[in-house]
Amino acid sequence: MDFMVFQYPMITIQACLDGILLGVLFALIAYGMALQWGVMNIINIAQGDLVILGGYIAYFMYLYGIHPAWGVIVSPIIMYFVGVGIYKLVINKVVDRDLFISILATFGISILFMQLMNFAFGADVVLANSGYGTTFLFDSNVVLPNSKIFSAVVSIVFAICLVVYMKKSKLGRAIRATAQNARAAKILGVDTEKVYAATFGINAALCGVAGALISITFTIHPYMGLPYTIRSFMIVIVAGLGNLPGVAMSGMGLGVFEEFADYILGTEFRIGSVFLLLVLILVYRRFKLSRKREYLK
Amino acid sequence: MKINKIILSFISAVAILLSTSVVSFAKVVGDKIVLGAAISLTGKYSSNGVHTQNGYNMAVDRINSMGGVKVGGKTYKFEIIYYDDESNPKRAAQLAERLISQDGVEFMLGPYSSGLTKAIAPVTEKYGVPMVEANGASRSLFTKGYKYLFAVLAPANLYLDVAIRTAVELNGGKGVRIAQAFEQDAFSQDVRLGILDAAKETGSEIIIDDKLPKELNDMAATLVKVKQMKPDVLVVSGHTKGALTAIRQIAEMKVDVPMLAMTHCDAAKLSKQHGKNSQYALCASQWHKSLTYKDKFFGSGMKYAADFEKEFKYDPPYQSAESSAALLVFKDAFERANSFDKKKVRDALAATNMQTFYGNIKFAEGGQNVDKPMVLFQVMCDGAGKCENKVVAPLKWASAKLIHPIPKWSDR
Repeated sequence: MDFMVFQYPMITIQACLDGILLGVLFALIAYGMALQWGVMNIINIAQGDLVILGGYIAYFMYLYGIHPAWGVIVSPIIMYFVGVGIYKLVINKVVDRDLFISILATFGISILFMQLMNFAFGADVVLANSGYGTTFLFDSNVVLPNSKIFSAVVSIVFAICLVVYMKKSKLGRAIRATAQNARAAKILGVDTEKVYAATFGINAALCGVAGALISITFTIHPYMGLPYTIRSFMIVIVAGLGNLPGVAMSGMGLGVFEEFADYILGTEFRIGSVFLLLVLILVYRRFKLSRKREYLK
Repeated sequence: MKINKIILSFISAVAILLSTSVVSFAKVVGDKIVLGAAISLTGKYSSNGVHTQNGYNMAVDRINSMGGVKVGGKTYKFEIIYYDDESNPKRAAQLAERLISQDGVEFMLGPYSSGLTKAIAPVTEKYGVPMVEANGASRSLFTKGYKYLFAVLAPANLYLDVAIRTAVELNGGKGVRIAQAFEQDAFSQDVRLGILDAAKETGSEIIIDDKLPKELNDMAATLVKVKQMKPDVLVVSGHTKGALTAIRQIAEMKVDVPMLAMTHCDAAKLSKQHGKNSQYALCASQWHKSLTYKDKFFGSGMKYAADFEKEFKYDPPYQSAESSAALLVFKDAFERANSFDKKKVRDALAATNMQTFYGNIKFAEGGQNVDKPMVLFQVMCDGAGKCENKVVAPLKWASAKLIHPIPKWSDR
């Protein structure tokens, strides 16, 4: 245990800012997961692998001399079609089954993606350099890489666009209707098959954006997807489905929590602390639920 | 249905036939000495797995074309049976079992990485099969009392030892303040133990001692501490991802530290990803082509590098060089044993004392090579941004002068 993070105010500020910038990115991935979970009742274990695949798209652009920031535009477009493809090949066969089947199916997709990426791109760790420089705050005691700020801003922009799209567009309304009651939506003339495909595609596109940002801010590797799946799962569990501000808040909360866990417990417990928090929250929810039931009795 | 059954029984009959015929396929067939190796051709170690395989193949071709191995007045050629262990320790152990009990292999070459070597060593030990490995440096491999394990490389705890000693020397013999961050795997933790030993002996102080997770891609927290506490040396070991992450974030956060020492930081890879930001990093390496060791098969390191590049179209990393050296050791041991008896070959291996292009090889009781020091090189870039590894320590082989302390970011 090391409480240095509380002893120096500058480190506390640094940890909070790092956490928030990181959390916004997590929230974007989690938003995609919440969307398709809500609409299709599918927990997508391959979420993190879609993120990594999106990262590779940006990386390859960088390799061919295109600035990786363009990946934020190109990657979601490609990933949208990848998502629709996955839906047509696998997901539409499990969408009405129980949750367990869909978890198994997406777990399979996750393994397949990892191996394919490893096969296609190699096992080396890669990254795309943005060359964005650094912002210094508080007499350069707090340092923020501009790439992190860029990724947070882009995440927010995409999230806002998506919210507006969901509210205003025809497809967005159809998606929301299907989420509320698929059968009723069908009766009222919504082509749910199309809605499902589009939802999965939008989710994959969001993963694509996040992946491109991760390749600019951190590193990517074919086997690095799972932690992103777990984080987004965790955020969705905390925020609940269809609670967008909740997703944003719990995303940032998770980011800050991780940063502090990193300082206090050590980097090795960073992901471990996320798991622990997940268990605690699940137990707490169960506890609250059982109290409610007693009350109803 | 019936046809299916017939086909199935036919296939199983053929399979049984094949497997029995494979058993008779022993270690030495005709004029071939068959070696077995489980290599990571897929999975997370696949790039280094391929380097290992290329190193093995290069040496097999070279030894075979230069007269092969002479045992009992007869000339034999090397052949290797490879299986893909998928970077998975369990799979590697199974494959070792299969190589030995099904394929009848009596001499093994090592896999890539300490973790996989650890998984295979108990199997080869159980069957008394000599294994010469070139890619498992973890100290724990050499403290278990294995009798049939031989490693051509220096153990992991010596990787960055020389960096600390150099820093102390430059500090006028006074102890230095060390910040360190290590991944939690067998190899990196051994590197860490080596640093602890070196720190103790030199009276240095460890002020930051962080552990990094396997899924590492962010070490900002460690670097913030480094920025605040201003150590003299920062040591990072977390395979390639550790090196890449460290360089990226040190540059982005403009962390000034007089000495940065790492493992797994090949200049070609680092500078391809980071350009001049990787400059001045010190890297521990088992081998560098500019070292002046010699043998009659590959000539010198420079010659090896040139031949390797001709065949595989890339500059050989040390993983390939040490793998090639493993074959030279086997050849030498077979000829001295003048027999294919496993026990005799094992004893001959234990008595190895030779020089290869890769370095001197002499095994200690535990099987590690004690005759070859680690080298330290520094990434140096020219004006055009082309970066190269230059050996800076030990002084005997230094081809460039160590730049110390690293210039501040504000002056670069």
